[in-house]
Parts: sequence; structure tokens; C-alpha cells
Amino acid sequence: MQPVEATKASFDQEVLHADKLVIVDFWAEWCGPCRMVAPVLDEIASENADSIKIVKVNVDHEQQLAMDYSVTSIPLLGIFQGGKLVKQLVGARPKAAIMDEIRDLLPAS
Amino acid sequence: MREVIIIGSGPAGYTAAIYAARAALKPLMIASSVEPGGELMKTTEVENYPGFPNGLMGPDLMASFQEQAERFGTEILFEDVTEVDLTGDIKIVKTGSGETYEAKTVILSTGAAYRELGVPREQELSGHGVSWCATCDGFFFREKVIAVVGGGDSAMEEANFLTKFASKVYVIHRRDSLKASEIMQKRSFDNEKIEFIWNSAVTELKGSPKLDGVVLEDTVTGEKRDLAIDGLFVAIGSDPRVGLVENQVEISDERFIKVDGRTSKTSLPGVFAAGDVIDPIYRQAITAAGSGCVAALDAEHYLSSK
Repeated sequence: MQPVEATKASFDQEVLHADKLVIVDFWAEWCGPCRMVAPVLDEIASENADSIKIVKVNVDHEQQLAMDYSVTSIPLLGIFQGGKLVKQLVGARPKAAIMDEIRDLLPAS
Repeated sequence: MREVIIIGSGPAGYTAAIYAARAALKPLMIASSVEPGGELMKTTEVENYPGFPNGLMGPDLMASFQEQAERFGTEILFEDVTEVDLTGDIKIVKTGSGETYEAKTVILSTGAAYRELGVPREQELSGHGVSWCATCDGFFFREKVIAVVGGGDSAMEEANFLTKFASKVYVIHRRDSLKASEIMQKRSFDNEKIEFIWNSAVTELKGSPKLDGVVLEDTVTGEKRDLAIDGLFVAIGSDPRVGLVENQVEISDERFIKVDGRTSKTSLPGVFAAGDVIDPIYRQAITAAGSGCVAALDAEHYLSSK
């Protein structure tokens, strides 16, 4: 499944009520490291379609959501499970490093 | 088998690539998956790189470096090196995607990573008020009160840049004078939004889920006091990235890769190092570029004398 954009209005539906592990990518157009991590997240989404959903939140358009989650650095990856924020990763990092951080949260395969 | 593999893609790595490519060595550069271009990617205006009298943006300078390296046949992989074996005649380099590459020579230009404050809750508040990149995060502090920790050029550059957004920027420094260059000092002293807090260190971070203040300790009297701020930018220098090779090449007491005199030769034949990873003193884009040139010439000489 390809990443989906979320707004304040759709966040509950897309993230909090999702039945998979959700990685929320707080990002902006002008953020260089965000552009570097975007293709990494695309790959994670397509390789783990059954277990992981990627949701993008553009902090320029969704300032209230960014404030709700106290975001002051981007890219910030918020990992949500069962409607709760369980982990957050600040800054762009390679695919393997992201997967290492969330492996324990994924269903045993 | 390659002639030369270059690890890292800052000014040192790209300059090494340009020289090696023009010497027909067909270099392979492993540029990192998420941080290609190195430290200049996080800066704004670069005013002291010769040849650009009006200054230019750090990311634009790095894009030009890349274009020039590719023009002469450098192959660039946007991946991370996970493991190396540099001890033999054939150097082995493994990347995150599971590929293995072999080369006769390797140039290490892995640069340096931002230093952390080393105070409790730093990780927890990172991204929630604590930041290492003014150009990335300044946007979140419009009309807010923030502080920059540090006394060097990068701290002054960040403080001045952040005054575009913040209503006030404190500069917190351990000493009573700055290491920064004269021009950056003057610019900071002249900036009405910047206030200096001398002889002070951050010992505690306060606030949850977001930073709302710090505890400062006077480095002379030991006295403590609170400072209310919405953001803290850490610019206290960086540590060379030697983790990949520290068990193979000689490392100095200060944790830089050791090179022989003015050359780029490490303790291993065929392994050269350049840029911030060997430089405890200067750490400029131009000195890194110069040192990348040295490394390519050293590698070329090593290959031709084999």
C-alpha cells in the first residue's frame, strides 16, 4: 500500500483507528532530510503492505496536528499502534535503521 | 575489482571523486542513503567558499560538487556502508543493501557527527524542542524564545539564522569569549534579538512533552538558575565518524583517523583518509576539499607504483 496523506479531519480514521502498525511521517516541502527519507518510507510501505501503513502529515498544511504531537523537528516519524503513539524517531535514517526500531512491534512472521 | 572506493560525500569525498575520475580511475562513491552531501546540506548561506563572491546555499554548492564528480565518470551509490575489511591488498566494502564491493584503494571521508549535550532526557526531547539543525527546524519557532548552545562559527550562524523566526535568541556559552570568527562575532553582537549568556552550561532540560526551559549552571560560581525557552539548538561541535574503521586503522587519542604528516596515508597501505574525519583543527569546506584532493593524488600514486 502506498503512503496516504492525513489531515486533522482524517487523522483519527487513518492513524488512530488503523488495524496495522502506522508510521506517521511529519514532513514539509522545504525540509531536505524529509526528501531523503520519503523514498525509504515508500519502500517500507511496499515491502510490508500487510503489517505497516505509512501516513504523511505535511506540517505546513497541518500545523494543528504538528502542535498536537509537539513536533519541533522534522522529519519526525511517529510510530502508532492500537491508537497510541508508542515510539518516535527524529531525523532521516536508513531503511535498516528504521526497521530495527520497529521490528519488535511487528507481528511475528 | 575497482581502483578506488570513496566512502562519504561531503566536500572531501566529492573533491577526491573529481580528481580520481579525471585520472581515469572510475571511482565508486558510497554517499550514504539519507545524509549525502554532508554537513553543508544543513547550512544556509556559505560566504567563505572561494570562487563564489556573492555566496551561495550549502545544498547548491554540494549539488555542483556532485555534478562535477559525475561529469568525469564517478559512480555514486546512495547507500550506507555497513562493514569494511581494509587490512588486505583487496579492500572489501559492504553496503546496507547487502552488496559487496572490492577495490585496490579506499578513501575514507566520513566526516563528523553532531555532538550531544550529554544531559538527561536529551533523546526524549529531541524533536520536541531540542534540535541540531536550525535550517530544518527554525520554522517551528516563529515568535518564540529560544537558545543556541555553543561559541563557534556554526553556533553564531545558527543564532543569526534563527532570529528570522524567533522573537529572541539566547546564546549560551561555557566561557566568557567566543571561538567564532571576527565577522560572525560582530554580526551576532550587532543583532538586537541575540543575547549572550556567558560562563554557563545547560545541566537540565525541563518540560513535558515539550521543552519549556533549561537549568543553567554558572561555570565559574556553580550557581544554578532557570531559563524559560521553547527551543534549544545544540551547536557544540562534532565527533569524527570513525566507528566503521576504528579496529582497523590507527585512531588518534582525540578519535580522529591518523594520517602521515601532510599526506592522507592511514596506517594501512592503500587506505587514505580526508576531510573532517582527520581534522581536529580547521574543519572548513575548503580544507576538506583540499584534503580530498590530496587523498585522490595519494591513491593515484599508490596505484601507479603497484
